[in-house]
Amino acid sequence: MTSSAELKDFEASKTMRNVMGQYFKELTDPARPKKIAWCTSVGPAELLRGMGFEVYFPENHGAMLGATRMATDLIPLANAHGFSPDICSYLTSDIGSYLKGESPLNKMKLPGPPKADVLVYNTNQCRDVKDWFEFYGREWNVPCIGVHTPRAIGDVSDTILTDVANQIEALIPTLEEVSGQKFDMDKFKEVIALSKQCTVLWKGVLDAAANVPSPISFFDGTIQMGPAVVLRGAQSAIDYYEILLAELNDRIKNGIGAVEGEKYRIHWEGMPIWGKLKSLALQFIELQTAVVSSTYCNSWVFEALDPTEPFKSMARAYCELFICRSDEPKEAYLERMIEKYKVDGVFYHNAKTCPNNSNSSYNMPQRMQKKTGKPYVIVDGDLNDLRLYSEEQTRTNIEAFVEQLSQS
Amino acid sequence: MTGEQTDTMQYYCGIDIGASSAKLAIIDSDHQLVAKAIGRSGIDYAKTAEQLLTELVEKESIDRSKIVKSFSTGYGRDNVPWADGKMTEIACHGKGAFFHFKERMTIIDIGAQDSKVIHLNETGKRDNFKMNRKCAAGTGAFIEEIAYRLALDVSELNALAEKSTNEVSLGSFCTVFAATEVLAKIRAGVDVTDIVRGAFNSVVKRIVEMDRVEGMLVMTGGVVANNPFLAKLIGLAFGTEAHIAPNAQYNGAFGAALFAAEQAR
Ligand code: SF4
Repeated sequence: MTSSAELKDFEASKTMRNVMGQYFKELTDPARPKKIAWCTSVGPAELLRGMGFEVYFPENHGAMLGATRMATDLIPLANAHGFSPDICSYLTSDIGSYLKGESPLNKMKLPGPPKADVLVYNTNQCRDVKDWFEFYGREWNVPCIGVHTPRAIGDVSDTILTDVANQIEALIPTLEEVSGQKFDMDKFKEVIALSKQCTVLWKGVLDAAANVPSPISFFDGTIQMGPAVVLRGAQSAIDYYEILLAELNDRIKNGIGAVEGEKYRIHWEGMPIWGKLKSLALQFIELQTAVVSSTYCNSWVFEALDPTEPFKSMARAYCELFICRSDEPKEAYLERMIEKYKVDGVFYHNAKTCPNNSNSSYNMPQRMQKKTGKPYVIVDGDLNDLRLYSEEQTRTNIEAFVEQLSQS
Repeated sequence: MTGEQTDTMQYYCGIDIGASSAKLAIIDSDHQLVAKAIGRSGIDYAKTAEQLLTELVEKESIDRSKIVKSFSTGYGRDNVPWADGKMTEIACHGKGAFFHFKERMTIIDIGAQDSKVIHLNETGKRDNFKMNRKCAAGTGAFIEEIAYRLALDVSELNALAEKSTNEVSLGSFCTVFAATEVLAKIRAGVDVTDIVRGAFNSVVKRIVEMDRVEGMLVMTGGVVANNPFLAKLIGLAFGTEAHIAPNAQYNGAFGAALFAAEQAR
């Protein structure tokens, strides 16, 4: 029984590779005029861009280390350096990469990640990002500052928003000092407006998957989201998603699905398994099952952004995210996703080094099945550390799950 | 082999190539198990499958051409050239167990390298399933390791555990750590029967913490086929009687054969 499954790439992907290539080129160009700010993936990127920084996202580098499987050799170096195998494997991959002086960027004939002038985190996603950035802060003796957002937020209350907005504003003096430029409110508002435009388009891309058959899968989404992560607030991301959306609309018009003969639709909960993206995508194609939605790809949808209220709306956008919410709003969100995307079952990835973005440990799958009647499967694995992944068990779990869906 | 082979007789075959052994089951048109065979899975699954089938049909004088459909399951399910279809072992254990006990049930299959809990509703439809975390705890591999540490043959364990009069406990999740605990017990002069019982209890704990039992408890797989006392302990821990499926070790292969028969219809 050999596989004839094939991935359908987008025409637009070529443009995306250029956009991303250009971004990395500018970032790593020693002659660049701008200062470098490292930023967490759901950190205050708009403020940094608005203050004239080139913004670099180490989690994106972490994902590249995972996807290229370089992480496998690099994580142990960080482990030996005192960073436990139990903590975030983006962190351990990235620090391993730094210790060894090897990066996937080298394959693009670029030097490794740019050295930071300032490191800016937001703990809305986890504490690991702060520990990660502080390592580099000590290495390079540069400021490491951030926003301490509460986690497991129920209602996004005004008290929380005011606090987080104040914290974002309080970053400005250090950023001014590092950049040598004064904060410019108009420029900041402009970036917020651009970021919002990017969000609207990126959301449009993800929403396209509500069509049957779905023109795009979660696996495509994890690649296509690059510009929404690293270039939000920049015009190039907006231009790119306009191209991609046009192609998606074409697929919808012509009934072209990402998965040939789509029979079942699944929601992916949790982190991607970067080193296995392709083989998993192919297995789902073989099983005529489309992974149509995820909270992961939706993490870069910041609908609350509003240039008329820049700090407060930014606080709201970054506090409303799924990852920093309590189980009640998370479940309500999942219910909406299941309905909107016409999902038949939910796949929970229990990423062993990221409990922050794994939702199968507090009985949620069982509660959700009771509420929605949709079955679930939990797969133990990891975002980057393939020592925590069992290929055979995962394949069998997925196959058995789809068998179960076919009985319904 | 039972019964006469007539010209109209048709057979269905299921093969379950597991992590350590390959099981083959042949059923007739009435879905009765008429022949079975077991061997090591080895390193060439296709060859193992062929050898098992060739030898079995010869031994039981079954005309191979009368096997109208075959299904494969288990880790090696993709490697059986003559299989007409495949299903996962989760589906096959469900199918096999429901054939024997037609009611709402929880199946616990303890294999050489993994354990599974499968929930079926009263119509045999699967509600849910779970595989153990990728680790030897609560699997046949754990029991084999303990037997090795105690210089015993695995076939001796069931009788020894039954004789135990003192509960000893092995606390660790990890097979290697549990094996070190065994060494400590040996050093302390603990009776071997109690150590074996302790190892059984450790498997029980790993199974009990995996999932709940709803409806009848049915147990399948080679580990309980060879150690019925372990099944009894698992039943006690869940507070319900554990029913060992007939030919428990062949249950996956039997379920695959049932799928083959179903497809032929
Ligand atoms: S959310 Fe998870 S994967 Fe992301 S940085 Fe934090 S621990 Fe790592």
